[in-house]
Parts: sequence; structure tokens; C-alpha cells
Amino acid sequence: MTTEATSSPTPKTPLSAQEKKNAREDRGGVRGWYGRQSKPVRIVLGVVFAALAFLLPYVGEVPLIGPQIVTQGIDWPSALFNMSYYVLLALGLNVVVGFAGLLDLGYVGFFAVGAYTVALLASPDSVLRTEWGWLAAVPIGLTVAMISGLVLGYPTLRLRGDYLAIVTLGFAEIIRIVATSTETLRGDRGFSDIPHPPGEFSDGKPIFGVADAVPYYWLGLAVIILVIFGVRNLDNSRVGRSWLAIREDQEAAEIMGVRTIKYKLWAFAIGAFIGGLGGVMFAGQQGFMNSQTFILQFSILVLAGVVMGGSGNIAGAILGGALISYIPDRLRGIEDPIWGTDLFGFRFAIFGAVIIAIMIFRPQGLIPSRRRAMELKDREKEVAPIE
Amino acid sequence: MNFSGLIQDFGPLTITGLAQGAIIALFALGYTLVYGVLRLINFAHSEVFLIGSYACLIVWGFFGLDQNSATPNVLSVIGLLLLGLVAAIIFSGLTALGVELVAYRPLRKRNAPPLAFLITAIGASLFISETVGVMTQRNIKGVPPLIQPRDVFVIGNMHVTNLQILIIVLALVSMFLLDRFINRSRLGRGIRAVAQNPDSAALMGVNKSRVISLVFLLGGLMAGIAAVMYDLKIGVTRFDAGFLLGIEAFTAAVLGGIGNLRGALLGGLLLGLLQNYAASLFGTEWLHAASFVLLVLILVVRPTGLLGESLGRARA
Repeated sequence: MTTEATSSPTPKTPLSAQEKKNAREDRGGVRGWYGRQSKPVRIVLGVVFAALAFLLPYVGEVPLIGPQIVTQGIDWPSALFNMSYYVLLALGLNVVVGFAGLLDLGYVGFFAVGAYTVALLASPDSVLRTEWGWLAAVPIGLTVAMISGLVLGYPTLRLRGDYLAIVTLGFAEIIRIVATSTETLRGDRGFSDIPHPPGEFSDGKPIFGVADAVPYYWLGLAVIILVIFGVRNLDNSRVGRSWLAIREDQEAAEIMGVRTIKYKLWAFAIGAFIGGLGGVMFAGQQGFMNSQTFILQFSILVLAGVVMGGSGNIAGAILGGALISYIPDRLRGIEDPIWGTDLFGFRFAIFGAVIIAIMIFRPQGLIPSRRRAMELKDREKEVAPIE
Repeated sequence: MNFSGLIQDFGPLTITGLAQGAIIALFALGYTLVYGVLRLINFAHSEVFLIGSYACLIVWGFFGLDQNSATPNVLSVIGLLLLGLVAAIIFSGLTALGVELVAYRPLRKRNAPPLAFLITAIGASLFISETVGVMTQRNIKGVPPLIQPRDVFVIGNMHVTNLQILIIVLALVSMFLLDRFINRSRLGRGIRAVAQNPDSAALMGVNKSRVISLVFLLGGLMAGIAAVMYDLKIGVTRFDAGFLLGIEAFTAAVLGGIGNLRGALLGGLLLGLLQNYAASLFGTEWLHAASFVLLVLILVVRPTGLLGESLGRARA
């Protein structure tokens, strides 16, 4: 392990500024080029990139390329909003799976907890009859999601790998069954009239209406940018180094003085928080949700996105999250030549095949984290398989 | 909480629980076998079962049978059952081999981390179940009434039907045969050797690759038998039938101690019973939740299961 991985008792400067700079500039390709630019240039490039992302709803106006990009079966701003909450979920799951190496198959559970908390507090259908505004319900939704992350995390600390995966999967199914079967959570009937986010234009029309999804997309994008900053700083901090150490070798990390329990719980809580964030945004845009919203395939899809994009890498998670939402939405409304049905119906089947192919041919993902790619390579050399 | 109902219906709940548990136990064997040898959870095993549950329906369909046809005479029922079983076994076995070939073997060659196997298995599972889903328009498919449930004997209010007896007997016989195979035959010894220590086994001349394929195949055969019995018992199947029952079968495998054949039997029967008791206590909608809660509790309290993990160590 390098100095980066072990957090010694006095890690004042685990990597000197010069070392960090070298690490940034050593990379090849686009990321290497980006790393070699001076700081102001990098900031400007980042801002330009963000501005382009904000302009995406109007990409249909671009001649030639635009019409190829926009979706047909679903209006383009709505597809963009869908992408934004998938990206949020992918970012959150990336913390748990990519950074800390804890395989969580029940991630949709936290999304559900966030969405249901908002629905309970804000919808007129709720037994609580509080009918709060969306904004007032959000902090509570996020807190409850975070607590649920700790509640799931604590008993599963002893479990690893496969077992952890199955327990988290069971957790998500329990949440779904509870949502389906209890009177308070209204099962299939669901909650309607969940209020939209507040705000009005000068002419009195609400910013976040039913017809136009563009403001929701912008809201989602703003949240994503904040989350990226937060997650990036965490990853570069003591917490991130501890996650790395746990992921690579838990026993070694423990011996080196990393408090594995504490940092695993951190990973679960932060992942759950971001998942809850996706949930509250979803509830605020849709206005309606029921227990059918939170099927298990959803978690698996997000996981597929993270792995496909490159687990452990923020850019990879964003790309993966966007793709898992974009590809099916793009397939919607295109007729399939064999069965004559909508290609949308094949989305999970296509993903299944794509996941296998990616894991076999590019196990590190589309935009891999350099460190994870190295870990994979290491393993390949470690033991010669007996065939 | 409906305690009086539970006490009153204890007999009937027990026999339905045992029949259900027998199916779960056979299904669980696939998880246990693969785990015992590879230390991996074969997430795609639920789809091996699914293919079996459709294969026998297709064969029965060739003879013009669907859910509305009348029950044929005894001789043709036996013939049809055997044919259905053979078809389900063959197709389930082939699916299991296919999953191993596509999702496991390439990764094994490059010594990928265990998570990678889980993800390719999830991919295979999604691919198979969703393809079946699209091809069947996600509709449920009815099963021809080959066996009309009839009471064979009655104890108190416990009515034991011919179908329940068939399921339990068939499950026990196949378990017994599998147990004999693993513990007595030459190939079985190879499996146990690889489960104990793969590298030493390879040094002693055991063909590891072939053993792994064999293990997947055996799991597939058992899943095929379970699938036919599931069809007959439930009367319908669906593209996601494998998934929910798969989680239950996995729970059963973990409950008994994953990697342990007799543990799978014990776990399956116990789970079947517990589910039925829980359904009677809390209402049928909690039947599946009960198995998940149980799974979480077992893994937290006793991660090695009731009989412990041991395909190799304590001989099956």
C-alpha cells in the first residue's frame, strides 16, 4: 500500500502538494490534459461544462445532432430530470460500493425512505394530516433516510461481500413489502398531490409546475453539483483514505489503526443521505408515488450504472447513472422489428447482457478509477488460475 | 396477531409448509452446491429454476394441454409428468451450464474479485428473466391440471393430498440420490475435494473446471425437479417466479448453513413451516417479509447457519 492508503496517526500532509500535482498530471488522455492545465483554466473549464449541462434541455434546437439526442417517447426535459435523479443515486451508491467497497443491493430502500417521508408529511392523503410544504419536509426526509442507513449499516457490519449483498437486498424487499401491506403507507393506492417545490415567477405562476420539467432538471443539476463537491472532498479527506484502506484490505486497515466500524457507518449514512435526496426530489416532481415505484430492479439498475461507469470514480458514476436512465428513455417509442413491441420493454434484458459484457471485457468500467483498475490488475497477477 | 387461528390450523399449516419447504429445499441445493465449491452466491440460479418451470409447460403444450383442459387418465398423467420432469431437468441443467460458461468461466480465468462474479450473475439473471418476460408479455401462464388434489388421508383437520405426498416424496428421493452421489461416487469425491481445497485437489489430478461445471449441472437438475413441482402446486408461473422463490431458497440455504447439503433440506423445510405459521399469525401479505426478516436475523446472529458451512469439511 502506498502512503495514500494508510492513515498514520499524524497525517498532517499525507500527500504533498507537489505529489498531488504529479499524480494529477501523470494521467494520459483527456483527464491527464485537464490535470495539466493551471487552476484558473480548470475552474473555467468546469464552469463551461456545468453551463453546457444547464443548457441540455435546449439541445433539440441544435441542427443535425440535436434531434438524434432527444427522446421521442417521453418529453426531453422529463427524461433529463429522470437522468438527474439516477445520477444522484449513482453518486450515492458510488460512495458505498465504489469508495468503501460494500456491496449494497438494496439501495432503492433509502430512495423509498426519503420519498415516503416527504409523502407522509406533505401529502393530503397521509394519516398524519400535517400537509407541510415540500421544502419543510425535505430536511426530515433526509434525516430519516440517513438514520435508516445507520440502522441497516449497524447490524450488517460483521457481514462481507456476498452476504452483505443479500442482506441489503432483503432490506429493500422488506421496505417494499411494508409499503405494500401497511395501511399507513397506502400500498398500491399511493400518495397523490405531494406538493411541488415552492417558488413563483413574477407573474404569479409557480416555477415548479406540472407541465414543464425544465426547472426540476435545473434543480436536480444544482443538487448534483453540490453533491459532487461534497463527495469529492470526502474522498480526498481522511474519511476517503479510510474507505480506500477498508476496500483494499479490511484486516490490514484495522491493524493500521483505521476505525473500520466508524467509517463503514459513515459510508452507509452518506450513501443513504444521497439516496434520500434522490427520493425527495422524485416525490417533489412526480406528485404521486406508490409501492410499485420501488421495485428491486431499480437498485440493480443503479448498481449496474455505477459498475458500468467505473465504480470508485465520480465521473464514471455520473456517466453510468445518466446512461441507465437515458438508454431506456431513448428506446421508448421506437418499435422493435421482431415482436412489434416497444423496445422499452427490453431495457432490463439489454442491461443484463451489457453488464456481463462490461464485467468480462472492461471490469474497471467505462471511466475507471485509476486506483481500482490497479487493484484489479494486481489480483490478476496474484494467483495463476488453475485451468 | 391471530394465535387461536394458528393453533386451530396447526395441522393443515404444517403439511402445506412441508410441501412448500420441500420445493424450497430442492431449489436451495443449487445455491449450496455452488457456494460449497466456489464460495460464490449464484444469483442466476433463480433463472435456472424459471427456465425449468416453463420447459415442462412447453412440453405439456405439445400434447395440447393448457390450464383449461381436463385431467387425463392415470397412465398418461404418469407419462406426462415424467416427460415434463425430463424436459425441465434438461433445460434447467443446460441453463445452469450456460450461466457458468458465460458469467463465471471468463471471470474465473482472470481471477476477478468476488463482487465481479455477483454482478455478472445479476446480469445473467436479469437477461434471462426479462427475455422470458418480454416473450410472454409478462403474463402469468397457467399449468394444466395434471393432478387433481384429493385427500389421501385425514388426521384431525389435517387433509393430506396426493399432490403434497408426491412433492415431499419426490423431493426426499432426489435429495437422497444427490447425497449418495456426492458421498459415494468418484465424481462426488472430486466435488468434495475441490470444496475442501481447490489447489490441492487440482494437484491430485482433479479436473477443477469439470467439477465446477458438474456442480452447476447438479444444481440445475435439482432446480428443474423443484420447478415442475412448483408448477403443479401453484398452478401458474410467471417470468419473475424464480426471483422471489430464489430469495427464499437462498434464505433456506443460509438457514441450514450454506455449502451444506443436509442443511439445505433442514433449512428448506423449516422455512416452509415458518412462512406458513407467520402467514397465519400476521396475515398472508407478510409471508415473504417473514423470510427476509428471518434471513437478516440469521446472518446477524449466526452467519454460518444452523448446521454450519461445510460441503468439504464434514462431508456434505
